[in-house]
Amino acid sequence: MREKPIHWRSAFLILYLLFAILPLYWMLNMSFKTNTEIVGTLTLWPREFTLRHYHTIFTDPAWYSGYINSLIYVAINTVISLAVALPAAYAFSRYSFIGDKHVFFWLLTNRMTPPAVFLLPFFQLYSSLGLMDTHIAVALAHLVFNVPLAVWILEGFMSGVPREIDETAYVDGYSFPRFFLTIFLPLIKAGVGVTAFFCFMFSWVELLLARTLTSVNAKPIVATMTRTVSAAGMDWGVLAAAGVLTIVPGGIVIWFVRRYIAKGFAMGRV
Amino acid sequence: MKPINQKAWLLVLPVVVCVAFSAILPLMTIVNYSVQDVIAPDRRVFVGTEWFASVLQDQDLHNALWRQIGFSLAVLLVEIPLGILLALCMPAAGWQASAVLVIVALSLLIPWNVVGTIWQVFGRTDIGLLGAALSWMGFDYNYTGDDLDAWLTVLVMDVWHWTPLVALLCYAGLRAIPQAYYQAARIDGASRMAVFRYIELPRMRGVLMIAVLLRFMDSFMIYTEPFVLTGGGPGNATTFLSQYLTQKAVGQFDLGPAAAFSIVYFLIILLLCFILYNWILRAGTSGAVDEESTHA
Repeated sequence: MREKPIHWRSAFLILYLLFAILPLYWMLNMSFKTNTEIVGTLTLWPREFTLRHYHTIFTDPAWYSGYINSLIYVAINTVISLAVALPAAYAFSRYSFIGDKHVFFWLLTNRMTPPAVFLLPFFQLYSSLGLMDTHIAVALAHLVFNVPLAVWILEGFMSGVPREIDETAYVDGYSFPRFFLTIFLPLIKAGVGVTAFFCFMFSWVELLLARTLTSVNAKPIVATMTRTVSAAGMDWGVLAAAGVLTIVPGGIVIWFVRRYIAKGFAMGRV
Repeated sequence: MKPINQKAWLLVLPVVVCVAFSAILPLMTIVNYSVQDVIAPDRRVFVGTEWFASVLQDQDLHNALWRQIGFSLAVLLVEIPLGILLALCMPAAGWQASAVLVIVALSLLIPWNVVGTIWQVFGRTDIGLLGAALSWMGFDYNYTGDDLDAWLTVLVMDVWHWTPLVALLCYAGLRAIPQAYYQAARIDGASRMAVFRYIELPRMRGVLMIAVLLRFMDSFMIYTEPFVLTGGGPGNATTFLSQYLTQKAVGQFDLGPAAAFSIVYFLIILLLCFILYNWILRAGTSGAVDEESTHA
């Protein structure tokens, strides 16, 4: 049972990894080429290797401030999402209360609302509050889809922790905050890591809301990229270099979370 | 089961406040617009259900809806089995596991417009590897001109982009299965299929449910990637619901119809997710019963 499948398993895995890497390789390849080479011929690796596009990004504030802005609102969003979702997920996983199932599904419905639907009202809401073009506006807007997801995932992890642990701690005289912070939180460390990964991911990659709610001061990198494309024709090289750099923070985050994923989680009592 | 404790509401309150601020207030604005005709900022006329009637009869909307449903179904049918298969093939431990995990997850953390740009270039027959390879093999491939090519390119892009989500969740689910289960199966002489059907699949229920629902929701709201890749074209071949809505709301600035459309759109997703959610829950419980009976 173990010997034979190993071959087709690795074959399939390698095929998939090729499929996963090729488009990325193509972008990396492009980011090191000169623009004439990109548009002129099809080359499998850069003939004239250049770092000019990266140089443009690191020296032009319009470019690198985009990365900083994105990182700021993604960080704010992840922190707020986790802070409000943790107690709520605990409540959903441990207690029954009036309307618990309805509130849970209502939360999920917000994850289901297309950002396109929120576009106009958000614009008006944040304009009237004077929050337009601030990091906090984007962070708050992204809460709509990240908080429900965070509650959902954390609830799954918390349900996997036996309730006897809570009861023993309360009998031992722990108060709720002390129990939660010193005993419970370390037990669901993996869940917090995975949830933070998802919050980071969905906030980092979102374009529509982030672009609508910002203009200059908090303009995210994703918006910088679209606007440069339309303004300066097609500067493929810089675009590719910027694209490559958008993958870096994500890559770092995965590196930290991979342990938790590799250790496994089942979500809930299965 | 769970103890009843109404004080638990206090713990849920911050979430409710947060989400209410950024969801209920905007939704109220939309409801407000959907029943009014905004002629000028200070001149509004109540029009009742007129916008809803016109939206529901809009032929373009019907077409976009059917395209959307077809696309989301295709996404689920390809990505869920492929993701499960990939998770089963990924190495369980060691540096290979880390390396594979990181490579597989990379596509998830690329901003969506960059994903569109990558595939836009990748699929071009003059400067893209995929397009060039396909035309070299003799295919008449042109994603900007041919409806089917465009649709398939969007689908392949989505598979490339999102299968890792399914795979990562399933992988995590698989890793959480205690080795004792496999040993028991080996003693019973269970086939590979039986191990999958009665051990792995039921044990992946929780993560699979998240994967299916997330993939369904997100594919149903897909906007940025096809917008960058094909711009909804050629013609309307890859214009999905979000794109059509944004055209109406921002492009033509038809607030009333756009708001009515938003509400209809939201209700469609809500209904489909509700069906899916309950269906998976039910399928999950019957799976659990199977599991019990095999242990007995």
